[in-house]
Amino acid sequence: MTGRIESTFQRLGQANKKALIAYLMAGDPTLADTERLVVEIEQAGADIIELGVPFSDPIADGPVIQLAAERGLRSGTSLRKILAMMKSLRTRTQVPIVLMVYYNSIHAMGVETFCREAGAAGVDGLIVPDMPPDEAGPLKGPAAAAGLRLIFLLAPTSTPERREYVAKESQGFLYYVSLTGITGAKIQNMAEVGKNVGKIKKVTKTPVAVGFGVSTPEDAATVSAMADGVIVGSAIVKQIAAHQQSSDMPEKVGRFVASLKTAMNQLA
Amino acid sequence: MKKVPDSHGRFGPYGGRYVPETLMPALLELEQEYAAARKDRGFRQELAYYLKQYVGRPTSLYLASRLTKKLGGAKIYLKREDLCHTGAHKINNAIGQVLLAMRMKKPRIIAETGAGQHGVATATAAAMFGLECEIYMGTEDMQRQALNVFRMRLLGAKVTGVDAGSRTLKDAISEAMRDWTTNVRTTHYILGSVLGAHPYPMMIRDFQAIIGQEARKQILAAEGKLPDYLVACVGGGSNSIGLFHAFLGDKKVKMIGVEAGGTGIESGKHAARFFGGKPGVLQGTMTYLLQDEDGQINLTHSVSAGLDYAAVGPEHSLYHDLKRVQYTYATDDEALAAFDLLATVEGIVPALESAHAIAEVVKLAPKLKKSNVIIANLSGRGDKDVQQVARMRGVTL
Repeated sequence: MTGRIESTFQRLGQANKKALIAYLMAGDPTLADTERLVVEIEQAGADIIELGVPFSDPIADGPVIQLAAERGLRSGTSLRKILAMMKSLRTRTQVPIVLMVYYNSIHAMGVETFCREAGAAGVDGLIVPDMPPDEAGPLKGPAAAAGLRLIFLLAPTSTPERREYVAKESQGFLYYVSLTGITGAKIQNMAEVGKNVGKIKKVTKTPVAVGFGVSTPEDAATVSAMADGVIVGSAIVKQIAAHQQSSDMPEKVGRFVASLKTAMNQLA
Repeated sequence: MKKVPDSHGRFGPYGGRYVPETLMPALLELEQEYAAARKDRGFRQELAYYLKQYVGRPTSLYLASRLTKKLGGAKIYLKREDLCHTGAHKINNAIGQVLLAMRMKKPRIIAETGAGQHGVATATAAAMFGLECEIYMGTEDMQRQALNVFRMRLLGAKVTGVDAGSRTLKDAISEAMRDWTTNVRTTHYILGSVLGAHPYPMMIRDFQAIIGQEARKQILAAEGKLPDYLVACVGGGSNSIGLFHAFLGDKKVKMIGVEAGGTGIESGKHAARFFGGKPGVLQGTMTYLLQDEDGQINLTHSVSAGLDYAAVGPEHSLYHDLKRVQYTYATDDEALAAFDLLATVEGIVPALESAHAIAEVVKLAPKLKKSNVIIANLSGRGDKDVQQVARMRGVTL
């Protein structure tokens, strides 16, 4: 079945454009802000929203997202509250939304309950950063039943065998981690990113989006020439943190997102 | 009993490999390299050489006769891991993993540490083999274990404080995993306990199993029979699994793992995962965790930095469910009383971690017959804790 993620990539592909995937930490600084932000950055040009679920021990994340998770937890954000917010959000926007959620949050809620409620709340897909497809067995059935895409990650260290395996397992799109490291670090070698995305494209028709380390409009433009989508996380989260106190924070973040999108479109 | 883990690193429903994709190739390589090393006679001989000549193994199995007399019940033997070079069992694993790192041609070593014993052991092994070494340690633990911080620096290691979360062992592990994710091509991560993603819990158990292998021979020589009880403290659970492993097939040998009861289970300030924890995934493995309803990891508390951690090794979770090992806890106060007792009665100052095992012996021995035998694992010595205990008692050194 074609879902919101697939139609987005199809629509963009036909227009010869690339997807801008914007990451927000849910509940940073509050869930009400997150709801406003999603609408704002969609209007600013984000094609897919990746919503982080705050977790106490985020091993894949660098300091910027760790601090955002702490702010999210301090504002009382939980997976259940995020799903409730999603329901209200779905009356305002149909932008594809994927959750970036560490496995323990899913496990604590119960895999089946979580998938059912996430599907009902209008979540389109899941990125579980500490769950490679090798461990995803118990999640597959319930996710499929709820129409949730399981998006897996590939890294610069992935071997050819893993490239084939993970590419085969990933649904909606494939998340290529541009660097050997954690979120928010700096891409050292753009040429290597292009080369590795090329290798992945050879083994799959699933769209490939590149994330970790894309922080400026220039980065976004360079990466969008290589892949089907560009994921920007820490740089957006930094904007949110910097403008936390101002009443027009969502608009300011929106302007940054628009600058990313403009740069990507100019190159296309 | 069936051999665990299976080929997916599963101990029943526990264990596995819950890590970012970036680390998967490194874990698969480590698994292969370790399997090859285990079959390689040269590797085994080299490891045995360093354990004997450098660490000082076998450690003795000491009959604590004054303690036995004082408690008035079972005969108490102490497995003296505190006599290992660097003062704890941690070196058994550190030497094994440094040898593996050299096989994999990784010039840089990282590790996390709670009490500092694993950090010291890793810094020691790295120094002996000339490898670069960086140790992550929570800033709260750095304060509690200032002596070990200085020791690691003396040994040439870089000690990096971790100021996130509870600023203890859990946060040090997360930071070490992030470093490993970033530098995986040149770096081997020496995890210090039977935690984390496969193959770590299996590999570290194997390196620590020498404790029980020696103890089994030693007790048979001394008593002509197997012990009735084994007692060991359980943080991540490497010293306990190390002692228990050789006896798992001996159905009559009862085993007790002692967790950190902190200021009591009701207070919520403890690290007793089998008393209030439930299964979940933390830092690479599925196991019993102290967590809230949303799956956020709880802050833990123990007087002993080495037991102050929200998860327990996955193999322990299996033995808990199978009831092969009985788990209990000792509170801070009970551990401190045992610390004093062993010092004054036997002239041995135990690590605060090991004092939790002694606290259980104090409760258990009087209930048993004089013909019964207990082996308690004295996993480390208490030199590192002297300053902290003095501070707690208001003594300025």
